Amino acid sequence: MKINLKIWRQKNAQDKGGFQDYTLDNVSEHMSFLEMLDVLNEELIMDGKDPVEFDYDCREGICGSCNLVINGRAHGPKHKTAACQLHMRNYSDGDTIVIEPPRAAAFPVIKDLVVDRSAMDRIVEVGGYVSVNTGQAPEANLIPVKKEVSDQAFDYATCIGCGACIAACPNSSASLFTGAKVAHLNSLPQGQPERERRTIAMVEQMEKEGFGDCSNFAECEAVCPVGISISAIAEMRRDYMKAIL
Amino acid sequence: MKLDPKVPSGPLEDKWEQHLKDIKLVSPNNKRKHNVIVVGTGLAGASAAASLAELGYNVQTFCIQDSARRAHSIAAQGGINAAKNYQNDGDSVWRLFYDTIKGGDYRSRESNVYRLAQNSNNIIDQAVAQGVPFGRDYGGLLDNRSFGGAQVSRTFYSRGQTGQQLLLGAYQAMMRQVHTGKIKDNPRQEMLDLVVVDGKARGIITRDLVNGTIQKWEADAVVLCTGGYGNVFYLSTNAKNSNVTAAWRCHKRGAAFANPCYVQIHPTCIPVSGDYQSKLTLMSESLRNDGRVWVPRKKGDDRAPNDIPEEERYYYLEERYPSFGNLVPRDVASRNAKMVTDEGLGVGETGLAVYLDFRDAIKRDSKEAIAARYGNLFDMYENITDENPYETPMRIFPAVHYTMGGLWVDYNLMSNIPGLFVAGEANFSDHGANRLGASALMQGLSDGYFIIPYTIGNYIAGEDLEKVSTDHKAFDEAAKASQDQLDKLLAVKGDKSLIEFHRELGKIMWDKVGISRSKEGLESAIEEIRALREDFWKNVRVPGESNYYNKYLEFAARIADFFELAELMALDALDRDESCGCHLRDEYQTEEGEALRNDEDYAFVSAWEYLGVNGKLETKRHKEDLEFEFVELKQRSYK
Repeated sequence: MKINLKIWRQKNAQDKGGFQDYTLDNVSEHMSFLEMLDVLNEELIMDGKDPVEFDYDCREGICGSCNLVINGRAHGPKHKTAACQLHMRNYSDGDTIVIEPPRAAAFPVIKDLVVDRSAMDRIVEVGGYVSVNTGQAPEANLIPVKKEVSDQAFDYATCIGCGACIAACPNSSASLFTGAKVAHLNSLPQGQPERERRTIAMVEQMEKEGFGDCSNFAECEAVCPVGISISAIAEMRRDYMKAIL
Repeated sequence: MKLDPKVPSGPLEDKWEQHLKDIKLVSPNNKRKHNVIVVGTGLAGASAAASLAELGYNVQTFCIQDSARRAHSIAAQGGINAAKNYQNDGDSVWRLFYDTIKGGDYRSRESNVYRLAQNSNNIIDQAVAQGVPFGRDYGGLLDNRSFGGAQVSRTFYSRGQTGQQLLLGAYQAMMRQVHTGKIKDNPRQEMLDLVVVDGKARGIITRDLVNGTIQKWEADAVVLCTGGYGNVFYLSTNAKNSNVTAAWRCHKRGAAFANPCYVQIHPTCIPVSGDYQSKLTLMSESLRNDGRVWVPRKKGDDRAPNDIPEEERYYYLEERYPSFGNLVPRDVASRNAKMVTDEGLGVGETGLAVYLDFRDAIKRDSKEAIAARYGNLFDMYENITDENPYETPMRIFPAVHYTMGGLWVDYNLMSNIPGLFVAGEANFSDHGANRLGASALMQGLSDGYFIIPYTIGNYIAGEDLEKVSTDHKAFDEAAKASQDQLDKLLAVKGDKSLIEFHRELGKIMWDKVGISRSKEGLESAIEEIRALREDFWKNVRVPGESNYYNKYLEFAARIADFFELAELMALDALDRDESCGCHLRDEYQTEEGEALRNDEDYAFVSAWEYLGVNGKLETKRHKEDLEFEFVELKQRSYK
């Protein structure tokens, strides 16, 4: 099928950037979205032009590297699907697709569709862990954990850190990302000793990084490729209120 | 080249403990005077970096991704083994050790594998304490599942995302140390060379992938945790950026490359569908717990799978291997899939697939129960193939997955270059010729959490390590060599794309250095690789420049290294007159078509020394003879 593309091109953080139009004539419906971009890049390179830069690695929806905003929606049209797992069968012959980087003040553009998401690492750095040095752990079955609690913690822990939630939020809030980590660790017995300290540190770091506040738009949940629930944000807020009072 | 494995003497079960008593220690106030470089932040790298920093060393970490959390360990699905015997089914450290040695086709070091089994229980404790949400039963205790190559249930899992959860645990431990300042994290940096001063590894050269600057880094020890080289086959289950460059450049600086031909071909992947395809997706081996593998008995039977009656289905694994059935090890399952498709019994459009059928399991346990176990995998399958596996059997085929070869290391996980340590998939030591399911995560974390932190201390305490400055000529020379290689690639300005070259190389490797190999095929593969490599350096087109973000330049340098490694893999396979693991030589089979090892002549690790590339790869083979004191070498049988 024939696909028209409008892709954001930007040489570096200083460059103003803008959309460019491309057309691909032989797109197979079996291709993944990123494979379609590979094909475009092959053509550009052979024409002596600069290929479009975009981030990707595992191409199986788990590493969180890819983060395209496709027709205005982070990761594209398919519910609970990362851009690398989106297939061209979701489009029709003659469609026009707009591709942009995830936009947020805390995500400066590196080149084209590649942005710097290190702010998310810095949020984890201040408290997104259980402080246990190697070799100090007690026998694993010493503390039983209710299956329901463990399953719930797992659901929050599956966040792939792609940043779609931030790109989709009108406030560029990192609350779903941070909330997921807080809710994961705060719900487990292992996470209790640092519960308050962790929550305060991570919430405050979000602010320092320039992410906005959460106003309950729930756009983040709608685009999350792994379906993290906004109840994570509620958990984080409740724990934050308790911690600062 | 001298290869001393430095295995401690004494009974198997006491070796590691005895070694820990004997190794030298660095006092806490001296640890802070030492710098350690950790390259790669997957399971092995992140866990090693965190543990070293906790001890007090100054650690610099490097990864090619934008965040340490994205290493390909994150994609491991099924689980991690440990000998906890929680299921009361008779498991023990000895049994885990024995299964791993046997599964590796008796081509791994006994001492290393025993230590791996011993450490396995500590890994689970550590991960649980970090808040890794493993599967649990209703009593609140940890649950287990079974995996190929074992008759006990010893695999701990976090649904189908065990690698992700374990990696996040290690990554979080690492970020905690970044916050304390003991780790300086350097993402989007690629290691391009090792710096050797006075025969010791004293630093690395990296390229900042964002602005292209070549940088020099000094340390007292370098730990390489850069994963495997499966992407030499172009299509594989590896992340697209996984590569051999860091390990290969160390090899060119003198580190021996061991058992390069040992590659694991995973039996449970989604089959190839088109020429544009960029990678293959693995479906967890745990699916074979409940899924039954079959093909039609009749050639060319093109009925829909559900229309083929029971008696016309060939459950070839269950028939051929009654005691292990669908849970035979990966090499056996892969080889048998190739065998039935070679016979013309394959299914799907290409005929290169077999069915993995959950019909009976759903009937037995309910759709809900199967969804609870494998739901995310079923969704993933449906997303990629547009078929519903609850209703139609999955189509699966083997694909290149994990590489057992890697840089040679001794018992301390140190290469033959003093100060260069290698952990996880990047080393060769623990998996032999084949890896059992759920043992890769175990090895990465055992190396990183529980071995490297001790053995590095032993090295640092025992060496006279004078401070070396990055102004030293060895750093300048290595930095210049790295830049020259990039400039050379950009200067070719040919008319054939990188991907075309990589795909052609991959096809040679898959056809002739893949599931089964022959003398004739390997000899022709070597010729073809050499010719294609020559063509690459004449005709490749690399776009852009080296002084800014340029993904295709990164690839170009990695593919150049794959070209050299590919020849070594074929040479190693040709050199080994036996079949073992996934290394099946057509000439060496039992009457029943099983792999036939030659223990008399080949119970050794082949460790190759690099001598140069001049049209052909110049190389010299060294041997580390494997001694089996505690297990008896037997023909592997899963019947």
